[in-house]
Amino acid sequence: MSEFLQQLLNGLSLGAIYALIALGYTMVYGVLRFINFAHSDVFMVGAFLGYYLGKLVPAGTWWGGLAVLAGAMIGCAVLGMTIERLAYRPLRGAPTLNVLITAIGVSLLLESTGQVVFGAAPRNFPVLFPVRNFAVGGLILGSNQLIVIAVAVVLMIALQLVVYRTKIGTAMRAVALNPKAAVLMGVNNDVVIAFTFGLGSALAAAGGILYALNYPSIDPLMGVMPGLKAFVAAILGGIGNIPGAALGGLILGTVETFVGGSQWSTYKDAIAFAILIVILLFRPAGLLGRFTVEKV
Amino acid sequence: MSPAPLLNRGRRLLGVATLLLPALALAAAPATPIRIGQFASLTGKEAAFGVAGRKGIELAVAELNAAGGVLGRPIEFLVEDIASKSGESATAVKKLIARDKVVAILGGNASSNSLEAAPFCQAAHVPMIAISSTSPKVTAMGSYIFRVCFIDPFQGAVLAKFAGATLHARRAALLTSASAPYSVGLSNVFRERFTAAGGTIVAEQKYTEGDKDFRAQLTALRSLHPDVIAATGYYTEAALICQQARALGLDIPIIGGDGWEAPQLLELGGAAVEGTYYSTHYSAESPAPEVQGFIHRFQAQRGGEVPDAVAALGYDAMMLLADAMRRAGTTDGPAVRAALAATKDFPGVTGRTTIDAQRNPSKPAIIVTVRNGRVQFVSAVLP
Repeated sequence: MSEFLQQLLNGLSLGAIYALIALGYTMVYGVLRFINFAHSDVFMVGAFLGYYLGKLVPAGTWWGGLAVLAGAMIGCAVLGMTIERLAYRPLRGAPTLNVLITAIGVSLLLESTGQVVFGAAPRNFPVLFPVRNFAVGGLILGSNQLIVIAVAVVLMIALQLVVYRTKIGTAMRAVALNPKAAVLMGVNNDVVIAFTFGLGSALAAAGGILYALNYPSIDPLMGVMPGLKAFVAAILGGIGNIPGAALGGLILGTVETFVGGSQWSTYKDAIAFAILIVILLFRPAGLLGRFTVEKV
Repeated sequence: MSPAPLLNRGRRLLGVATLLLPALALAAAPATPIRIGQFASLTGKEAAFGVAGRKGIELAVAELNAAGGVLGRPIEFLVEDIASKSGESATAVKKLIARDKVVAILGGNASSNSLEAAPFCQAAHVPMIAISSTSPKVTAMGSYIFRVCFIDPFQGAVLAKFAGATLHARRAALLTSASAPYSVGLSNVFRERFTAAGGTIVAEQKYTEGDKDFRAQLTALRSLHPDVIAATGYYTEAALICQQARALGLDIPIIGGDGWEAPQLLELGGAAVEGTYYSTHYSAESPAPEVQGFIHRFQAQRGGEVPDAVAALGYDAMMLLADAMRRAGTTDGPAVRAALAATKDFPGVTGRTTIDAQRNPSKPAIIVTVRNGRVQFVSAVLP
């Protein structure tokens, strides 16, 4: 029983990170109908920003950790908006495929630049928050695992409030529904889209830092696998659907952990992806998505 | 590499004319360099191996060239980066053989890389000396494939014996990197030897190279109450495994093979790798004069840096090759191959090297532990 609970905790803390990254994929898809493949590399940049900012604050303090988290989120929000301005906005109105290929290009650019600037060898991520392990029965609760879950939940609630309770959130939903009609209603699409990228990238940065806290070895290609998993999580929950992305991330992280702890640990990723295929066979639009005919 | 040997030779031949007619002097000197190639991960998650091996080889090349080269010709050393990626070794070796016309190949480190490169060296009849590839399959690839390190059946037996006899472990858990032939092979030998000595393997959990989350596997192992965990993969994952094991309250010893040998194990693992043990090829604490002399010369060249086992093996590989070329009297592949195969009692930093019929040396294994942020010698096991 304690093993089951421990695995559930491991799975939830991994899933919470997937969920944070998945939110970025899903928001951009909701507004622009394209997959921003550079998102997983913004996640990597977030972790590296955390690495450098972490050297400026005293290690293992609450305010230091939160300051680094905020700094990295702001830095990545700026990066996300810059990418949108330089790479995607000039292609607005072009076929989706063009933007998609540009996104892959931006992704490779960030990875290669990362290898030149940061070096390709893995680095040790600093300790940002106070570390403590709590033993409850046979269960060991790591403070980092709890921080990951707490920060993820807070950010997801904040995102939900932004999207449904603010003016810019209403504008985002309007653009997602019908961009042309939104313009006619006086919405400035450029601002809304830039804001969406900024918000998504900030969440990716938070994901990057939380990931690096739990697995403190960072390198410029660290975003590839979590990015892929988060993309899968977004599809699983129904791409374009914000609660769906969160749900997809949690399911994927938990399944992966339970398979990883079983005798089939070799097939951890294979089984996680096989579950995706099965779910999509029965619910092609994802768990919470609505089915719409889409021409690609 | 340096023009100095050319000039010396020219002076001897032509005297003062050399100063007046340097072009003629160069034309008269037949000392074209001997090209030796290395393929290694200089970047990526296995970069520690490639970089250390290259430093060892570079020291050997500098010493050989300072002493007048081999067969009167200077050594030119070329290195190709395989960036810790599968598929790159074959490309790198093909490039070195076809474009650069190297006479011998040094490397690789991870067994998977050597397994990839070996068929091309074999087909081109270019001798290859693997630096730290311990899987027995590597030299079985062909008659031109050699190595300077011990092999896993020996290393696995040493680790199993250490776990049973020294750590008094009765129940061991295995954590294997399913995507590294090295780790799979080492785990198999460990399982065989540990059970043969009366111990029990409570479970084997697997992961893939590049994984960062091992909590799932470790949580599953924890509930089986092992006395020791053998993590047979490479250092990047080993450091994370130790950290996550400690965070889950697993305070039992964790042991590994020579894939742990890298300064990054201590950097990435920090306090979590304290009290872990691993087997390796050499210890810088050995009082042997050849070891201390090597460390001294290495430090003089590298600003005080202490060489690790892979650097020592790289140095030995280059020196062994030079010795074979001298004995062969030529750099032709078949002749150098025959000379390498006939190596007997070659004095290396990592022990005396005699190449057996399977083109493997038999060398001692060293068990080390991490204490107070430093790697310390525990014991040496002779083959």
